[in-house]
Amino acid sequence: MFYRETGQFKTTYQADQAVFPILQDRLGIAIILGLAFAGVPLLASEFAISSFFIPVLVFSLAAIGLNLLTGYTGLLSLGTGAFMGVGAYGCYKLATWLPGVNIVILIMASGLFSAAVGVVFGLPSLRIKGFYLAVATLAAQFFLSWCFVRVPWLYNYNISGAIEVPTRTLFSIPVTGPNATATTRYFVTLSIVVLMTWLASNLVRGRIGRTWMAVRDMDLAAELIGIKLYRTKLLSFAVSSFYCGVAGAMMVFLWFGSSEADTFNINQSFFILFMVIIGGLGSLVGSFFGAIFIWGTPIVLKAVPPLFGLSVHSATVEHLTFMILGALIIFFLIVEPHGLARLWQIGKQKLRVWPFPY
Amino acid sequence: MRAPSGPNVAVGDVLLSVENVSLSFGGVKAVSDVSFDIRKGEIRAIIGPNGAGKTSMLNIINGFYQPQQGRITFNGQTRSKMRPHDAAHGGIARTFQNVALFRGMTVLDNIMTGRTLKMHKNFFWQLLRFGPALTEEVEHRLRVEEIIDFLKIQNIRRTPVAQLPYGLQKRLELGRALAMEPDLLLLDEPMAGMNLEEKEDMSRFILDANNHFGTTIALIEHDMGVVMDLSDRVVVLDHGIRIADGTPDEVKSNQAVIDAYLGVAH
Amino acid sequence: MDLLYKIFFDPFVQMGSAPDLLVQTLWEGLVSGVLYALIALGFVLIFKASGVFNFAQGIMVVFAALTLVGLHAMLRQWGVSSGTIAAYLALAMTVAVMFGLAFAIERLVLRPLVNQPDIILFMATFGMTYFLIGLGELVFGGEPKVMIADDLHLPRGAIDVKMLGGFVSFQKLDIAAALIASVMVAVLAVFFQKTRIGRALRAVADSHKAALSVGISLEQIWVVVWFAAGIVALVTGIMWGARSDVSFALETVALKALPVLILGGFTSIPGAIVGGIIIGVGEKLGEFYWGPLIGSGIESWLAYVIALVFLLFRPQGLFGERIIERI
Repeated sequence: MFYRETGQFKTTYQADQAVFPILQDRLGIAIILGLAFAGVPLLASEFAISSFFIPVLVFSLAAIGLNLLTGYTGLLSLGTGAFMGVGAYGCYKLATWLPGVNIVILIMASGLFSAAVGVVFGLPSLRIKGFYLAVATLAAQFFLSWCFVRVPWLYNYNISGAIEVPTRTLFSIPVTGPNATATTRYFVTLSIVVLMTWLASNLVRGRIGRTWMAVRDMDLAAELIGIKLYRTKLLSFAVSSFYCGVAGAMMVFLWFGSSEADTFNINQSFFILFMVIIGGLGSLVGSFFGAIFIWGTPIVLKAVPPLFGLSVHSATVEHLTFMILGALIIFFLIVEPHGLARLWQIGKQKLRVWPFPY
Repeated sequence: MRAPSGPNVAVGDVLLSVENVSLSFGGVKAVSDVSFDIRKGEIRAIIGPNGAGKTSMLNIINGFYQPQQGRITFNGQTRSKMRPHDAAHGGIARTFQNVALFRGMTVLDNIMTGRTLKMHKNFFWQLLRFGPALTEEVEHRLRVEEIIDFLKIQNIRRTPVAQLPYGLQKRLELGRALAMEPDLLLLDEPMAGMNLEEKEDMSRFILDANNHFGTTIALIEHDMGVVMDLSDRVVVLDHGIRIADGTPDEVKSNQAVIDAYLGVAH
Repeated sequence: MDLLYKIFFDPFVQMGSAPDLLVQTLWEGLVSGVLYALIALGFVLIFKASGVFNFAQGIMVVFAALTLVGLHAMLRQWGVSSGTIAAYLALAMTVAVMFGLAFAIERLVLRPLVNQPDIILFMATFGMTYFLIGLGELVFGGEPKVMIADDLHLPRGAIDVKMLGGFVSFQKLDIAAALIASVMVAVLAVFFQKTRIGRALRAVADSHKAALSVGISLEQIWVVVWFAAGIVALVTGIMWGARSDVSFALETVALKALPVLILGGFTSIPGAIVGGIIIGVGEKLGEFYWGPLIGSGIESWLAYVIALVFLLFRPQGLFGERIIERI
């Protein structure tokens, strides 16, 4: 009885097509944004921000990127990690060349590098489909991983092969580098993620989102409508890789503060893919759910044994985490293949008719 | 089924002309040296026993198959090679035997995809949405709502396609095709699998589309009653060859047609 | 100009100038190709019979090898004196474990997901992979282990053949691996084509519903097939492990089977072998003769690029079935 649309009439199509047509939804998102911008910095510890909130935001953005490609357009990609890496190294080179330019602008611009690389590795999609295309993205992943190690120019010929993030400021407050506080970094990350999520939701609700979904659902019929398949797929690769690139740049500049050559390997790609699967393919909010779930579960698992007074070897916890994660993926696929996003929708539906059962 | 009176639309010049078209797959000749035309504003039926090459013919007009021989002239332009999206740009829309809807989307979104060709605001406006892209979206939503009213599917606007019964899916597919505002609408067995009531509804929609929107229609259909009532002219195919071409009455009494349907060996 | 010479001329000159090295490289490539093919074979078995792309095949190889070594160590600890007896006893026990694994997979993963689209099943094998990685590390520990090659009486040493102006060294183990692989392939090919169960497997691969309607028990077939894949994984694990150690790094190597499958087609047993050999030889030649030009370590991606180039010309692979879309 709280979550009712009764009395909320839309008199224009514009209102009908809004992101959050129901008043309660609008209230909900306002509360969430309020909590995110004000609540977390005030209430959460620096440690929590550093180890949970920032990572979840970064991964959510990467998951949105992958979701656009795999969930909305139906093109399975196993190269997410590599595209993130391109963004990270791109940002590093940009920061080296243009030290005067604001770092936030550079982070966003680094997405262009990964967009370009994404398009190149998406070119085979003209001829190849499905699993086979996934292998093309694997080629991208392994080739780029190799480049991150073997092309010393990328990490400015640093002997260790790693990149150290320089200090950069925004309004005279350090946002990157060793002096930047977790709260500052969190604000920047949050702002970027909120902005880019809004842009993604605009794309997805309009003409472009529909053409992507049409290509996913039945590409022959999409051609019939007049959709140019090749252009649509390449656009999807470009936008998706852009998002992954920005996420990668944020990961290095606003979270880790440094990066090793092995950070953006195949396991990273699988990690993000799991987030997308569990969160829900084809759902933006699902990307957030997936990131929270996959990042949060190991943290919760590590925290549980001490609560019971058991001290468990941390390696054992890691092994158990893998097992539980694997089992949970299977469990989700059996119970709700459309992921947490669908569960959320079902929950909202039940809330609409509450206290009646249907 | 009561026969509506004859065509209300003035039938005009030749819109599409198929000349000596042949298509083979490996050793199988699907279509052999077929010629016929379709006039602007008419309802043209393509009939024939199973395997006669009717769907192949439609696929050729549409651009899915490239014939080995022959030409197709549409709207005055003769083409040799055509891809499906070129056909769409040229003003040809089509429905399928096995419903080809976008199952991951709602009814409304499916019909909105039909407007894709008419939507021009580029990527950056789409990113922003507020402003020109939204205005365009609303403008096309208006057109789509006209079609939804026309097909009386208002109450299932937001239903995901996978949950719809077969008859409504076919109706929706017609709606998506109409959303393209085509010059020529190709319907592949639009009545397949429908009961009498659904067929009457569908016939009414087809006729109204022809009258109201002025769309030229070519349809493949097995129900002879529908064919005789709806169409202005009929072309009959059998084993890939054209065996008759004329008004419904002429075709009905054509001996070769009767033989083909009864399976008389020839 | 100089660059063109380096790419298109020089490597061939090098090949010609030391033909014994060339043969050695070709042989190395053949052997690793055969081993890739074995992994690919496991994929093909499962794909052919259940339409599932078993991403977990690689980890099954590692898991089988780990189980074998672990059980052997345990048996020795419990006082089984002869290394050989322990080895073969452990082998039998591992076979039983692989059967149990197949049974568990059928019950817990395949049966609940029986009507879901292929992509869901594919993702379920991801889940299986991570589960088995965790389980393997938990039970056996993460350090690399040594395969019990001696106790299994796998041949040792090499045969050095004097040819082409130099020496070519053929490891006896490699010869044994190639022979065992060929035998397995032949047996499986005959099994699929000629036996009743093989026919049932092909029927299930084509259509679950149709197979059910003629009375084929899907559950039994799936257990059979995953068990067979498990045996293939075990043999692969033994051979791989004997040549280098048994470690979880093998799991990523198993991903190389994907390019093999692309070349050979996902449903062809002979295709897996041919594809494996092409990839193995191509990789070794590329790494040895062109590698110094580009940088070391190109074998991490060369196989995928080879497969990609292939795909552009022949999207269904060498032996795969042409995908015809019916409108």
